[in-house]
Amino acid sequence: MTELTKLNLAEARDKLVAKEITAQELTQAYVSAIEAARPLNAYVLETADKAIEMAKASDARLQKGEGGALEGVPLGIKDLFCTKDVRTTACSHILDGYVPAYESTVTANLWADGAVLLGKLNNDEFAMGSSNETSYEGAVVNPWRREGDDTQLVPGGSSGGSSAAVAAEIALATTATDTGGSIRQPAAFTGTVGLKPTYGRCSRWGVVAFASSLDQPGPITRTVRDAAVMLKSMAGFDPKDTTSVDAPVPDYETALTGDIRGLKVGIPKEYRVDGMAAEIDSLWQQGIDWLKQAGAEIVDVSLPHTKYALPAYYIVAPAEASSNLARYDGVRYGLRVDGENISDMYEQTRAAGFGDEVKRRVMVGTYVLSAGYYDAYYIKAQKVRTLIAQDFAQAYEKCDVLLTPTTPTPAFGIGEKLDDPLSMYLNDVFTVPANLAGLPGISVPAGLSANGLPLGLQLIGKTFDEETLLRAAGVLEEAAAFTAAPEAWWRA
Amino acid sequence: MTDTSNYIEGLTGSWEIVMGLEIHAQVVSNSKLFSGAPTEFGAEQNTQVSLVDAALPGMLPVINEKCVEQAVRTGLGLKAQVNLRSVFDRKNYFYPDLPQGYQISQFKDPIIGEGLVEIDLPDGSTKDVRIERLHLEQDAGKSLHDQHPSMSFVDLNRSGVALMEIVSMPDMRCAEEAQAYVKKIRAILRYLGTCDGNMEQGSMRADVNVSVRRPGEELGTRCEIKNVNSIRFIGQAIEYEARRQVEVIEDGGTITQETRLFDSKAGVTRSMRSKEEAHDYRYFPDPDLLPLVFTQEYVDAIAATLPELPDDKKARFVSDYGLSIYDAGVLVSEKVRAEFFEDVAKGRDAKMASNWVTGDFFGALNKAGLTIETSPVNAKQLGELIDLIKDDTISGRIAKDVFEIMFETGDDPAKIVDEKGLRQVTDLSAIEAAIDEVMAANPDKVQQAIEKPKMVGWFVGQVMKATSGKANPQAVNKLLAAKFPPSAED
Amino acid sequence: MSVDQNTVRKVAHLARIAVQEDELDHFAKEMSTILDWVEQLSEVNTDQVEPMTSAVAQNMRVRADEVTSPPLRDEVTRNASGAEDGFFAVPKVVE
Ligand SMILES: [Mg+2]
Ligand SMILES: [Zn+2]
Repeated sequence: MTELTKLNLAEARDKLVAKEITAQELTQAYVSAIEAARPLNAYVLETADKAIEMAKASDARLQKGEGGALEGVPLGIKDLFCTKDVRTTACSHILDGYVPAYESTVTANLWADGAVLLGKLNNDEFAMGSSNETSYEGAVVNPWRREGDDTQLVPGGSSGGSSAAVAAEIALATTATDTGGSIRQPAAFTGTVGLKPTYGRCSRWGVVAFASSLDQPGPITRTVRDAAVMLKSMAGFDPKDTTSVDAPVPDYETALTGDIRGLKVGIPKEYRVDGMAAEIDSLWQQGIDWLKQAGAEIVDVSLPHTKYALPAYYIVAPAEASSNLARYDGVRYGLRVDGENISDMYEQTRAAGFGDEVKRRVMVGTYVLSAGYYDAYYIKAQKVRTLIAQDFAQAYEKCDVLLTPTTPTPAFGIGEKLDDPLSMYLNDVFTVPANLAGLPGISVPAGLSANGLPLGLQLIGKTFDEETLLRAAGVLEEAAAFTAAPEAWWRA
Repeated sequence: MTDTSNYIEGLTGSWEIVMGLEIHAQVVSNSKLFSGAPTEFGAEQNTQVSLVDAALPGMLPVINEKCVEQAVRTGLGLKAQVNLRSVFDRKNYFYPDLPQGYQISQFKDPIIGEGLVEIDLPDGSTKDVRIERLHLEQDAGKSLHDQHPSMSFVDLNRSGVALMEIVSMPDMRCAEEAQAYVKKIRAILRYLGTCDGNMEQGSMRADVNVSVRRPGEELGTRCEIKNVNSIRFIGQAIEYEARRQVEVIEDGGTITQETRLFDSKAGVTRSMRSKEEAHDYRYFPDPDLLPLVFTQEYVDAIAATLPELPDDKKARFVSDYGLSIYDAGVLVSEKVRAEFFEDVAKGRDAKMASNWVTGDFFGALNKAGLTIETSPVNAKQLGELIDLIKDDTISGRIAKDVFEIMFETGDDPAKIVDEKGLRQVTDLSAIEAAIDEVMAANPDKVQQAIEKPKMVGWFVGQVMKATSGKANPQAVNKLLAAKFPPSAED
Repeated sequence: MSVDQNTVRKVAHLARIAVQEDELDHFAKEMSTILDWVEQLSEVNTDQVEPMTSAVAQNMRVRADEVTSPPLRDEVTRNASGAEDGFFAVPKVVE
């Protein structure tokens, strides 16, 4: 059965349609693989029974030739997506036992296309983190290890369960969300493909909010093609989300022509940051060469406000989060810790229910919005955000996509950066600018570090131009021919 | 010219009250401001709560176009600036009936800017009150504190209902002005159909900002009396609060800016203890929403559908119907009154219609504690009564009796006149017979009347009595004049 | 250090998060580290720059004034710790 989980999404889909395999076989293979991979702690809830049931229904439809675009495809869902009658806690203690009576638009789209739910995936609490160590459900372990070293590494965050599950082949693909890099950075750390669509491309309805103006759902997959297939199903206008955009969803898969001749690829000089590892720099150069060889034109561009993206992000995101998380008060759902009075109940509930990182961000966010500081912090950051968006707009007058590294380092050890928030935040230095500007970005596995860990290259596209982004990513993927895979040490 | 009649006389001299009001008016709409839950009043607890209203994780607001239109309509009715671009902000605070932990409101860029309202004072004069702004916001749910010994219960049916907060400038100087202002705003909203103005059900409530100062000096520190829900209470709350503030200052104390509640049973305002802590609402633009932008054409299209508003109607009633400013004011003060009057007056003597509506009709309603909506007499019936007077079927005197019966029974006037035999006697011979009868029975009075023509009035009364008031008074007068010709000496 | 213990106390209360006395110093240090670091934004000249209000370049869509939500009392109260008689219940609020 292991062979079945080796198939990527597009392959499995084609075999399902051709009736070479059944959804039940495929799903059962994943259910077994998930059980065997529990040491990774990627899943916080396994829904095997439901998965088999859904697979049965898929098989019935496939038999009749009525299958949807993802008929019988087993997926893992980040625990930030509300799933009807299936526990959803955003991996926070404060949402203990929360069972939504509704289904997020994105997951509803996936089920409508025939996908199968394997379970809910671990993430940083409320998606606040870059290593998946802030989860109330415990850290996720990266399937990858350094060569000759048993140190447990982080899978990146906040979609660490999603990235680890794809890398460990315990889901065909997964959903994830990206607020400051939470799809692309974990993809880079696990040798997977992570696509953050344009803000407004996928509905946020039913996705537990972290920072509303930045959050964007997207897929983590094994291949660029898989990402294209997933995005087609996930995306779409949703009248329930005012910030979702009413634009037709193209067939992204057909955009993967492999032809990027004449494509102008911008190289932003400000991404060459001080102290960046030489291997990252040389990988970047390698990527430039690959695209050039494929016929792209390389253009030097400048994004002068890049270094201010991270500090602006760490004002805007916590500010929005402090307000978005005010609803977790113990009154209507989730954890309640009794108090002497209502205010005490709130304070005790939130003190017990939120982890350290969430508290830190809620407090910073509260501070920057409070009287006397609002203009100096929040308004200032939103102005800087305007400048960052303008930087991109100017760069896109000269090019079609940008190529950068995804992260400044490969995956690090669990616990290594936990005490140092700033160095943790620096993980997102290359990914955050796209969130601030609402642009689509993708991380493609491009090589291995000296100690054998995956490294990613990032492409950033123009607003709603995921097609060009995916086309370029496909070329990069092909050139990199990244075939390395982690050893399945967890199957002890 | 400064009006000193409203000053409060303290121990140390005169004080002027300064007031501004914030009125929260529930927008007339089928569904809530940002969700598809219904807005009807009085539903069972938590049955009108959508996933959005309960602030469940992942829920997002989507704005109701009708509420936007209603706000624009109201802005136009208040002769105010309509802002083509406005922004929704979050006002952050914790309270059990505020599920999101923030209220979506408009802070920096409201949908409606400055406007002007002319208020009608009891003495018949008018005064301008400036409007500072109007913004759209969500209502909160309801906390019930008396259902359980140690718990408060929360009902979220109102959570997310659209409110218009109408903020005035501090232009009012006495309780009557504040009351007249609320009445006028309520009338305008009702004319516009943007708020039902029902204060008992909470669809309109006022926060009153009261301060006192020495005449001509700087504004004093204000206290905000929250959620006063009747016009009478507004008057009482202001009277109490202004005197309280004067006493505090005259005793050497200072007023601290605070929120107070009016206790209508005790007739006093009290500091809200739990809200004493300094608020820091941390307003910021709601990132789930985008700026609200519309065109001038959109505004113009709404303006084209605006009904005639009270001030215009008043002017028309004076010029077209020849009513007094006072009567016109009384009639237009409520939309239903004006409509009732116009129904009665249609094709009839407007002054007579106005007299009947403002006099007997309103008097009877008042006495019975009824409203136009619950009145036993409708406009058509009152009009028919006037017709019976006009065509001499009954006299004005008899009409008052007929009206009383109409009000008791709800019957049509013609039916009452017929059944009770109240038709006016216009047959001259019958009247003459009655006169002759009275004269024959009272020779002494006849003699007196010949000497003193003023005594003829006595005969009028006797004849009316003899005919149970049904004799046409003009005919009686005419015939009596012939019997007692004025002497040449007079 | 930009944040002192008193500020932490104030902010924690605004955010309704109970913070023990012995945690104040820790929070103050962490918040200061972050706030001192974001301080670098003051280097950027933002005169004449409008703050970004949204990441999407469109005006707000509106929905029709229709009742689209059926009664959902069970759905909205099913996860509540203190629901009683169709109400949410909380420790008594004194006004
Ligand atoms: Mg107010
Ligand atoms: Zn308000």
